Parts: sequence; C-alpha cells; structure tokens
Amino acid sequence: MKTLVIAEHDNQQLKPATLNTLAAAAKLNQPIDILVAGANCGAVVSQAQAASGVTEVLVADSDYLTHQLPEDIAPIIQANIGDYTHVLAPATTTGKNLLPRVAALLDVQAISDIQNVLDANTFERPIYAGNVIATVESSDSIKVMTVRTTSFDPVAATGGSASTRTLEAGSASGLAEFVSEELAQSDRPELTAANIVISGGRGLGNGENFELLYTLADKLNGAVGASRAAVDAGFVPNDMQVGQTGKIVAPDLYIAVGISGAIQHLAGMKESKIIVAINKDEDAPIFQVADYGLVADLFDVIPELTSKL
Amino acid sequence: MKILVPIKRVVDYNVKVRPTSDGTDVDITNAKMSINPFCEIAVEEAVRLKEQGVATEVIVVSIGDAKCHEQLRAAMALGADRAIHIDAATNLEPLAIAKCLKALVDKEAPEIVLLGKQSIDGDNNQTGQMLAALWNVGQGTFASEVKIADGAAHVTREIDGGLQTLKLKLPAVITTDLRLNEPRYAKLPHIMKAKKKPLDTLTLDELGIDGATRVKLVKTAPPAQRQAGIKVADVDALIEKLKNEAKVIA
Repeated sequence: MKTLVIAEHDNQQLKPATLNTLAAAAKLNQPIDILVAGANCGAVVSQAQAASGVTEVLVADSDYLTHQLPEDIAPIIQANIGDYTHVLAPATTTGKNLLPRVAALLDVQAISDIQNVLDANTFERPIYAGNVIATVESSDSIKVMTVRTTSFDPVAATGGSASTRTLEAGSASGLAEFVSEELAQSDRPELTAANIVISGGRGLGNGENFELLYTLADKLNGAVGASRAAVDAGFVPNDMQVGQTGKIVAPDLYIAVGISGAIQHLAGMKESKIIVAINKDEDAPIFQVADYGLVADLFDVIPELTSKL
Repeated sequence: MKILVPIKRVVDYNVKVRPTSDGTDVDITNAKMSINPFCEIAVEEAVRLKEQGVATEVIVVSIGDAKCHEQLRAAMALGADRAIHIDAATNLEPLAIAKCLKALVDKEAPEIVLLGKQSIDGDNNQTGQMLAALWNVGQGTFASEVKIADGAAHVTREIDGGLQTLKLKLPAVITTDLRLNEPRYAKLPHIMKAKKKPLDTLTLDELGIDGATRVKLVKTAPPAQRQAGIKVADVDALIEKLKNEAKVIA
C-alpha cells in the first residue's frame, strides 16, 4: 500500500503544484514515493528528495524523456506500478494529459480533479463546472487521480531526505515527436502561483486596455488573468483564462475588473481568500461572491488605485 | 482519410445544474440538451478538413440512449457524412467509452479520431487520452491548431504557460480546446439533408464491452457558498479595507 506522485517539472525546477499534490497524497496515510521522469533532471531529483513526506524518489532520466511526452512516460509508470495503490498528479495540463493514459494502460477508471480525500477509496470532485460537488467511491484496485492543487495547502519544500532509485531506461515510443514550444515570456509571477491576481473581463473593451491591469499588477507583484469572455473576444491569449475551462486560481487577493461573474469564471477563482470586484453594473453577479465591491467605471478607478498604492 | 468524431449529448452550457434534493444525483429533468461544446468544435474541425480535401469521410458517433440521435443529426447537418449510435446507459464511464471507441476504431479504421477535450457534465477530460492508450497511438490533446501534412498530424496544444506543437504519427487521437475554431450554424437545407444521412445503431454486446461502473457516485452537494461582502464607496475606502481589515496588501 503505497502512493506514487508524479512530479511536475521542467528538468530544472520542481513545480510548486507537486507540493500541493504531495499534500493530497499525505491524506491517504501511506508511504509516498515520487517519480521524476525527464532528461538531465538531477536538480529536480534533489528538490524532490527534500520535499516533506517523500520516502523514495524514482528516477527515469534519459534523453528521450526531455519533453516528457505521455506516450513515453505512461509505459514507465505502468512498468513500475508494483504495489502502488494510488497514483497522483497535479490537475495541470501536464497531469491531465498524462494520467488518463496511465489509467487506461492499467485498466482502471481515473478520477479527475479531486478536491478532498475522504478515505482511501472515496474522494470529492467538482462536476458541471463546479455547480455540484460529487462524492465518488472507486472500486478499482489502483486509484489514478489528478489533484486540484488549490484545494490542498502545499507541503514544505525542504526538510525531507528521501532515497533515490534509478529506473531501467526505456525507449521512445515513436508515436509523437516534440516540435516546438512557445511559452509566454513574463517577469510577473505565474498565474496559478501568484499571491495576487488581477483579472479583466469584457468590460476592458480591448486588448490594449489590459495595460491598465499590467501596470497595477506590477505595482502589486501580481499576475494578470482574464475571463473567458475576454479571451473569446480576442483581447488576450487563452493561457490567461481563469475559469472552469481555463486555470483554477486561489490567491490571497483576487481583483476582478470588468468581469460580470459567469458561473464558469467563478469556478476558477472562488477559492481565493479575498475577492474584490470592480464593475460599473451594480447588479453584476460577481458582487455576490466579492468581499469588497466597488461600483465604478474601471477606467477611472484602476489608474487611481495604481497611483495610490 | 477517414475521421471519426465521437460526440456527447449533455445539458446545455447555459443551464445551471443543481444536486437533487436527496443529494444522490443531479437534477436535469426537462433541461435543454445540446452537443457538448468541445465536441461541436471537433465536428467543425473534421468538416473543415474534409472541405480542404484532407479528409474523405467524417463519421460521428455517440454513446448513450436513443435521444442522442438528435445530436447525431445535428452533427450531420454541420457536415458529417454518417452516424453511429452505440446504445448504452447515459452514465457510461470514460474508460468504457474509450473501449467502445477502440472497438469501433478496429471496425472503421479511421486515421484520426477527433474529439472534445472534456464534456461539460462530468468534466473528466479523459476519454481521448484513454483511447490513445488502448489504441497505442499518439495523442494531441487540447488542440488550438491542427494541420495534416506529410502523413502526420501537426498539433498545436494549449498548455499551462503557452503553446506546444507536436508531430503525431497517424493514426492519432486529437482532442479540441476552445480556440481551435468557431463552429458554423447549420443551414436549413443541410438540416433537411441530414435527416436522410445513414445512422446505424450498435450495442455494447455487439462490441463486446462491459459497461460496469468502477467509480460510484455516492453523494452530490452544492458547492460551498461564499457570502457576499460589502460595497465600498471609493478607491480610498477599498485600499483602507485591503490594508487594515483583509491585510492582503502592505
């Protein structure tokens, strides 16, 4: 009875989402190992060893794993499943891409986006864009699950002293090949890891007006997000989308600017500690979830707020 | 090139779904039903590939009760050539659905299976990846751009922080994200024509699939509600609250 957590990393840094996933794993009360699969990822292995609560780090370090394609990683997990009863990964685009593939190879029904662990077989997860929380019980011998990271406070990144075990190297599947990657370059913190998030909606009117939010975000060392309406209108790229079909965030402070508050947006930010809504429509549903609401024209108050902070 | 497009009949995205009063299921009685939005994007992409001369045939398939004929007809009105209905319970799990699709893939031998990244009812985001595993092919999930060239699928994917482009050997599975395309509206003549397009029905038995549930729904509940807070008069009042009451800014 052991739990295997799949580390999320870029071959250099262990991503913070892994620490939240370890916290979910800790609720299962059984030994936790962690898999680091990549290329030249020694630094990540050291970070995984130091993470709190890890017993052993399984290491698959090989050139063909540079881009960590699921076609290559899933068979490694399958081959090393041993006596693991639970396999967990963060519910990021990486985890969501990989774990269902693993589950199918193991012939088990995966469980997506768990937000609570009730016992070894029973979990809570949101369905219908977060309008309903389902309690589900798995009868499979191995539970393969992605974890909603905002629902679990991260374990400490230091203090652990896990051992390591090198896994036998496989070979590339040849089914998929990495071509290129375009990552948004930004000095601002990552949306899902920022303490402060400022999001804009259709009320911004166009992409240029998002500059107002970037200026405010830089003053607060925050990240900038957007509603699906703003993404659909072409104001900003999709990787800024906060909501059920975008990113799930839970910062200390979330400032919603010109966002009406559609259910699908609320699903992505309602776990934030403090929510501020700025909207000129006083009946906007966003005010129903906001701790502090300011009914005003954003084009007046955002520059004012920026200058006064 | 044949493209298989699995689609799902789901509660329309405008409907706010609630748990039933006894907390055992969700209340969707009389709710408006539609093609899952991500599936509609998949149908549109397949039809565009056909219009570009890349695909020769677009087959839509839906798994559930006979009511999904409505969505299959709607997909054929958008341009799919024929439809297959796999008769099963409407709550079949992603693994069982992936197994049905694998059985169908063995029969139909498509070069691409193009489907939505997730359905907006269960929000699982699993079926495409599972099918790719069972079929032992590459997967291009969360696609925002698809090009077929040199006997391969070039898929640009929406990932955290940006975009990733993969080259997938065919056959392959591709799942759609929101920005891939904007589906067209069906025109009346196409809706009429779709009524005459072939729609075949298969059963789970014919495909040799066990539809038993592995993950049981024990309970449903509404999400924790946030209490609405207060309205502040102006920017100064807001800054004062954030600094001294919420203590989230210095």
